[in-house]
Amino acid sequence: MGNDFALAVEDLTVSFDGFKAVDGLNLYVEKNELRVIIGPNGAGKTTVLDLICGKTKATSGSIKFNGTELTKYPEHKIVQSGVGRKFQTPSIYENLTVLENLEISFPRGRSVFGSLMFMRTQDVTERVLEIAETIFLSEYLNTQSGLLSHGQKQWLEIGMLLIQNPELLMLDEPVAGMSVSEREKTAELLNKISHGRSMIVIEHDMEFVKRIAHKVTVLHQGKLLAEGNMDDVQNNPKVIEVYLGH
Amino acid sequence: MNSFYSKWLGGKHGAIELAILAAFIFVVMPLWLDIFRLNMVGKYLTYAFAAVGLVMVWGYGGILSLGQGVFFGIGGYCMAMFLKLEASDPVSTAHQTTPGIPDFMDWNQVTHLPLFWEPFHSLTFTLIAVVVAPLVMAYIIGAAMFKRRVGGVYFSIITQAIAAILTILVVGQQGMTGGINGITDLKTLHGWNINSDAAKYALYYVNGALLIGVIMLCKFVLSSKLGRLLLAMRDKEDRVRFSGYDVANFKIFTFCLGAVISAIGGAMFTLQVGFMSPSFVGIVPSIEMVIFAAIGGRMSLVGAVYGTLLVNYGKTVFSESFPSLWLFFMGAMFIVVVMFFPKGLSGLYDTYLKVWLGHLVTKFGKSGLPEKLNPIKTELQNGK
Repeated sequence: MGNDFALAVEDLTVSFDGFKAVDGLNLYVEKNELRVIIGPNGAGKTTVLDLICGKTKATSGSIKFNGTELTKYPEHKIVQSGVGRKFQTPSIYENLTVLENLEISFPRGRSVFGSLMFMRTQDVTERVLEIAETIFLSEYLNTQSGLLSHGQKQWLEIGMLLIQNPELLMLDEPVAGMSVSEREKTAELLNKISHGRSMIVIEHDMEFVKRIAHKVTVLHQGKLLAEGNMDDVQNNPKVIEVYLGH
Repeated sequence: MNSFYSKWLGGKHGAIELAILAAFIFVVMPLWLDIFRLNMVGKYLTYAFAAVGLVMVWGYGGILSLGQGVFFGIGGYCMAMFLKLEASDPVSTAHQTTPGIPDFMDWNQVTHLPLFWEPFHSLTFTLIAVVVAPLVMAYIIGAAMFKRRVGGVYFSIITQAIAAILTILVVGQQGMTGGINGITDLKTLHGWNINSDAAKYALYYVNGALLIGVIMLCKFVLSSKLGRLLLAMRDKEDRVRFSGYDVANFKIFTFCLGAVISAIGGAMFTLQVGFMSPSFVGIVPSIEMVIFAAIGGRMSLVGAVYGTLLVNYGKTVFSESFPSLWLFFMGAMFIVVVMFFPKGLSGLYDTYLKVWLGHLVTKFGKSGLPEKLNPIKTELQNGK
């Protein structure tokens, strides 16, 4: 295997009381690639992200990120090594303002004493403003984030990851619950932020997938069913049978 | 100056609250009460340390500790050991079988001062121990639990069990700890008679100043990013964890902070009241401390002080007239507050007094207090 892969998942298996949610999965994501994972409900898509970011511990197999084994790392170390993950339901701090949400996510002062001494310096402010503009929330910096619309919350969480400048960004259904125009903007956003980093996106909306995906991976019952560009995958008879045909 | 104002005092409203509290403690109480009653208020204010600690741990950290009495006790016992050794000099204990050791040891046929008592001959060591001993204890408990992601009810139950265990230990080891009676007959601090009226006044003021200092320290912590992280953790712990923070460390820090604050209160208790006993360590006092914080408002540092004073005032008045009804009354008060005023006394203050007082101060102090700035706006104007 070459060393070009940002992420190399090999023989990854996790079993919950004997049920194998992910079963011997191999997945390679190249640098600067935007990979979309699709599959029917229960295929193990979210579990794969959970395994990569350390939320769930693998039963066996390996996850290598830039050559570093992640399976033994605690969650915060995985994040610090450059892996960001967005959850399915928007996961933001509703009691804090948009500004504070972004500031907390700024990757400095992550230790106890670091956070006590953290100052809102010029570079923090500039970065916050820059990210806020990218995620279309410049107008809402001082708004309590619980008051944002569902779509804006999704963007905010993406922004909270973006401010950490992760090398690998994983998004779980980023356009779920969004209006058509919000989907448009999100597709633009994803295409824009995918430069210079690898991304894994889980999505159901095929039109949306077509717009963003470099390569598509289809999961079924915890196993890899097909992989390739969108057209190949859509015309794959196995995929049509388990998923697209319905 | 500006950053001192907004970080340590908590902006205009924070400064008003602190000023009222300081006036109440340093002026109103001493003018109003005789030294006997004032000393009693001083005793209650030492409980307020524990309540302030609980505001940090429970209110902001979201960790309900039912064992704050443990730390109050550790602080109190450290101070009591020092004072007891000073009171047990060979001359005044000449009638004992073994002169020069605390009286209760002599009664319990202990003939040597136990090794862990030795360093408490030194006041410096004692003052360090008041802070470090609870810190170590809280760190061990915190690390053992939070690193394993034990939280919520389980944490509460375990801290309660620790309070029970420590009480049993202290009571059981009578020869070394003074048992159920505690450590009594404390007389002097470096030759200074702590039972004189002058000393009681002085200690009352020291205690009040320490309490205000501790509240300011807590305000500083809450105004830092760590304060916002605590709120964020209560809201979405996983999001904080997956933003690269080791959540457990922040909980350990908060728990340790609460423990040290509580222990300072314990040490001041010993100094002002002149003894320390297991009845301030166990489950009942620990739960009382939670009630103080709840009634004051568990998100309000200043409120915790008033909550403590109010409950203890009630306790004094009612237990003098209806001793057997007091506990029921306190239980009822707790239920009423939780059901109808979940933000406690501070909630009432916020609703009815805060805005009005704010206007008053702005009106009469025109030049005075700078408003808390909204930083991003100013920076925007400067930057662009």
